[in-house]
Amino acid sequence: MPAPPPFPDELAVPEEPLGDHERAAVVRDSLAVGVATGAYGISFGAAGVAAGLDVWQTCVLSLLMFTGASQFALAGVIGAGGSPVAAAAAALLLGTRNTLYGLRLAPMLAWTGARRWGAAHLVIDESTAMTINRHTRPAARLGFLTTGGSIFVLWNLFTAIGAFGGEAMGDPRTYGLDAAVGGAFLALLWPRLTDTTHRVAAVAGAALAIALVPLTPAGVPVLAAAVVALGMALRVREARR
Amino acid sequence: MSLWLAVVAAGVGCYALKLAGLSVPESVLDRPYVRRATELLPVALLAALIAVQVLADGPRLVIDARLAGLGAAAVALLLRAPFLVVVVVAAATAALLRALGLP
Repeated sequence: MPAPPPFPDELAVPEEPLGDHERAAVVRDSLAVGVATGAYGISFGAAGVAAGLDVWQTCVLSLLMFTGASQFALAGVIGAGGSPVAAAAAALLLGTRNTLYGLRLAPMLAWTGARRWGAAHLVIDESTAMTINRHTRPAARLGFLTTGGSIFVLWNLFTAIGAFGGEAMGDPRTYGLDAAVGGAFLALLWPRLTDTTHRVAAVAGAALAIALVPLTPAGVPVLAAAVVALGMALRVREARR
Repeated sequence: MSLWLAVVAAGVGCYALKLAGLSVPESVLDRPYVRRATELLPVALLAALIAVQVLADGPRLVIDARLAGLGAAAVALLLRAPFLVVVVVAAATAALLRALGLP
């Protein structure tokens, strides 16, 4: 059986100029997503210091890594007592999905050189979602830059507020900040539980992690879940043959 | 590896992953297996992170206010609450139970 086309829709988009009306609509929608997403940087800032990162490490993560799930993962593994290597590995594994987003965005944005290097930093869940629904290149570029740019500014601002605020609050457990991190992970996972395969992967990953907590050093249980995902990806293909 | 090194290395690595997607020819990476793996990785890892975050206390498994916070977060998500509300509900539930004397 031939492999199904990876992305069935047409990826290259026409170079039609933007009308004033459409430009305003793209900017408005993108800023709405930007404000909503950027604001929850405050929860990452608080979670980062609660996990044992200092304020500067927490803020540098938002500046340099700038992809929420990976940032939460690094903080989560450190908070559980995992090694820095395990924490970095978890963050990188979660960051691989941005590579696929980039593949999808490249023909739409069609940037080269320094612009591509700059744009790459803004490739995240939300900027991708607000770009791939556009039908012309100017609209795609405007949606990408407005969403990604507004999230970058606000995410970093709110991370700093959350980090300094979290540090001033004292014992994070008193305010339930450790439980807040679990809630944040669940909110990130929730929209991905779209079909049975995804739900099975979630249950299997969690079950393996729980089984390994008493047996392995902290950090290993989370990384072991990656094996579940890679194994399932292999099996799904074989089942379809 | 120091914590600072992990922060910087993972940050640079995550940027490289983004840049690779924009730069590499589509045919190199866009294979069905790679695609399925990149879809399933966040799912399995996030679920494992939830389990460890909520149940682990060092090498021990414990049930405490964190699990109640997670349950409250699930209810908030079922009610289609936005991200920040979900996080605050989880924290507030755990904080309330601890104020009442639960572990």
